Amino acid sequence: MYRRLFQLAIPAMYVIVVSLSLPRPAYAMHIMEGFLPLEWAGLWFLMVIPFWVAGLLAVKAKVEGNPSLKLLLGLAGAFAFVLSALKLPSVTGSCSHPTGVGLGAILFGPAVMSLLGAIVLLFQALLLAHGGLTTLGANAFSMAVVGPLVSYGIYRFLRKGKAPLWLATFLAAALGNLSTYVTTAFQLALAFPAEQGGISASLVKFMAVFAVTQVPLAVIEGLLTVAVFNFLVAYNKEELKDLAVLS
Amino acid sequence: MSTTYKNLILLLFALALILTPFIVQQGADFAGADEKAQEIIGEVRPDYEPWFSSLWEPPSGEVESLLFAVQAALGGVFLGYYFGYQKGKVAG
Repeated sequence: MYRRLFQLAIPAMYVIVVSLSLPRPAYAMHIMEGFLPLEWAGLWFLMVIPFWVAGLLAVKAKVEGNPSLKLLLGLAGAFAFVLSALKLPSVTGSCSHPTGVGLGAILFGPAVMSLLGAIVLLFQALLLAHGGLTTLGANAFSMAVVGPLVSYGIYRFLRKGKAPLWLATFLAAALGNLSTYVTTAFQLALAFPAEQGGISASLVKFMAVFAVTQVPLAVIEGLLTVAVFNFLVAYNKEELKDLAVLS
Repeated sequence: MSTTYKNLILLLFALALILTPFIVQQGADFAGADEKAQEIIGEVRPDYEPWFSSLWEPPSGEVESLLFAVQAALGGVFLGYYFGYQKGKVAG
């Protein structure tokens, strides 16, 4: 199976490299401090708060039901912590970073990650001036709500369709990552519609700026998530079954 | 195929993807470029002023990269602990 993956991956990588080697502008993921008008910043907080409450309840329920899962929960958080600290170069000639929330979403469901992802964002906003406190609601909605929801949905859907484990994990993590950035583009376009062409014209601009940069990083996140997942399947099969990740 | 071997292949692919930009984009500045969004906002709404700024900012690029390294290291330490712990437990 992995030999076939090799054979597929080389031409695939070639296509990605060629299609992305045109110079393009860059973008980093989080919306910067103060860069959303007050009403939009507030709206995204209102949108994300129910997910934080659901996240708190979900963490409590999972851990109380099975205290040995605490360590695995730590792993999901640590993975997001590491990946969102790695600003990686992209073939567009600029840097951006993965999110690392797909793994936890597959393992614990999207609600738990809405909380863990927000903690990572809070850390970066307070200590690194990366993202921001006023934009925390919007950034948490894209990275900690939409991304995990997409990852979780894709994983469950593909596994129901009997897709191989590695493929379901890879696509869940990679597309969850991309969906986060697409959401960010929507958030910026909604807040800053162009004078001519309105929201859609702005959306095209914001998407063009970062979607391409993010594609190879989404692939990297997919590969790393599969690697961790392989380890869990080899050494933690029981816990994965408890969480209904494996049947 | 063993898990270690599979993961080695996956990590090599990831490494290749990380290194490719340096070959195909020689001379690019590889900036973090949050500024690009700022530029577009500047085009669309020239009058927009950020209404809040970070409570604290790392005083220099060096300090900022230190903090990013600390973040990655904290996560990495936990990952390493977890992998070793589980592997040891299974091996008995």
